[in-house]
Amino acid sequence: MTDASKFKPQTIYVIHIASTPEKVWQALTDPAFTRQYFGGFAVDVEPREGGTFYLRYPDGRVHISGRVIEWSPPRRLVCTWLVEGMPGFDQLPECLVTYDIEPAGGAVKLTMTEAHSWDVPEDILAGGRQGWPAILSSLKTVLETGKPLETKMQPPKGFMEAVQRAIAEQPWKRSA
Amino acid sequence: MSDNPSFVYIIYIASTAEKVFQALTDADMSERYWVGNRLQSDWKVGSPFALKLKRESNRVTGTVLEVDPPRRLTYTFHSQHDGLESEGPSRVTFEIEDQKDQVKLMITHDQFAPDSKVFEHISRGWPLVLSSLKSFLESGRVLRAPWYEEADAA
Repeated sequence: MTDASKFKPQTIYVIHIASTPEKVWQALTDPAFTRQYFGGFAVDVEPREGGTFYLRYPDGRVHISGRVIEWSPPRRLVCTWLVEGMPGFDQLPECLVTYDIEPAGGAVKLTMTEAHSWDVPEDILAGGRQGWPAILSSLKTVLETGKPLETKMQPPKGFMEAVQRAIAEQPWKRSA
Repeated sequence: MSDNPSFVYIIYIASTAEKVFQALTDADMSERYWVGNRLQSDWKVGSPFALKLKRESNRVTGTVLEVDPPRRLTYTFHSQHDGLESEGPSRVTFEIEDQKDQVKLMITHDQFAPDSKVFEHISRGWPLVLSSLKSFLESGRVLRAPWYEEADAA
């Protein structure tokens, strides 16, 4: 089992949504919702601690796989993430993605925390720092207006090269 | 935390660059999405900038550094309340980019004093203010947070 204390938060994104904690929870865990705002990916999660977690391509192939570390509807969801859908990426260590949902002033504050167990290069972190704002901006729009934004899922400049370098050098084996 | 942190936040809005720029500079619009706070400036380079906070006598002041509608806006940001005056001004930059059916809005708030208290306030404040701006432009709604009115988050 994953030891969550070994993971250090590297990217945090906060967004406020005119909705309820229950609806935000549903938007994060229901494939009909994630298909709309998460680059077309369908979430497929076993609703229990230790359960499996997947984000699937429209054809059913796995893009992200992981385990549920904490399942506390409608407040907190923690899962491990491993990228399986891109060649070589599954050799990177898994990361930890936490969603915290809090009521705030008649609306909801959603906090996404991406945590890592190794010293991740900036060029790799840039993937999440670019992706999360687009994904969660679109989630907010889906919940508030019923209509998603078109999310662009292009990796930032230097990202693919940095991943290939990390896979070749495996710096996490040194820092462990 | 390092001595000179900077705060970067990106949000995507179903709108146009012109409308987002207008919302970032229009006094009446700001009063709606900025939960009662009001922007004051003629938005000429070198002109004074102020954010009149809802609580009497509380203000943020500054100077307009750069105005390039609808792409870029920069001003200095000097909190004049709650003992934050002594910190001196920091700097706010907005960058606006059209992307397909939406706008990418990026704020960079930097040039803080070491161990800045203002940095803590704005790190909490900008996600709420810009989430509210997004709701305001997309659906006419605005967002509030319970701590906002007491704490003057921005």
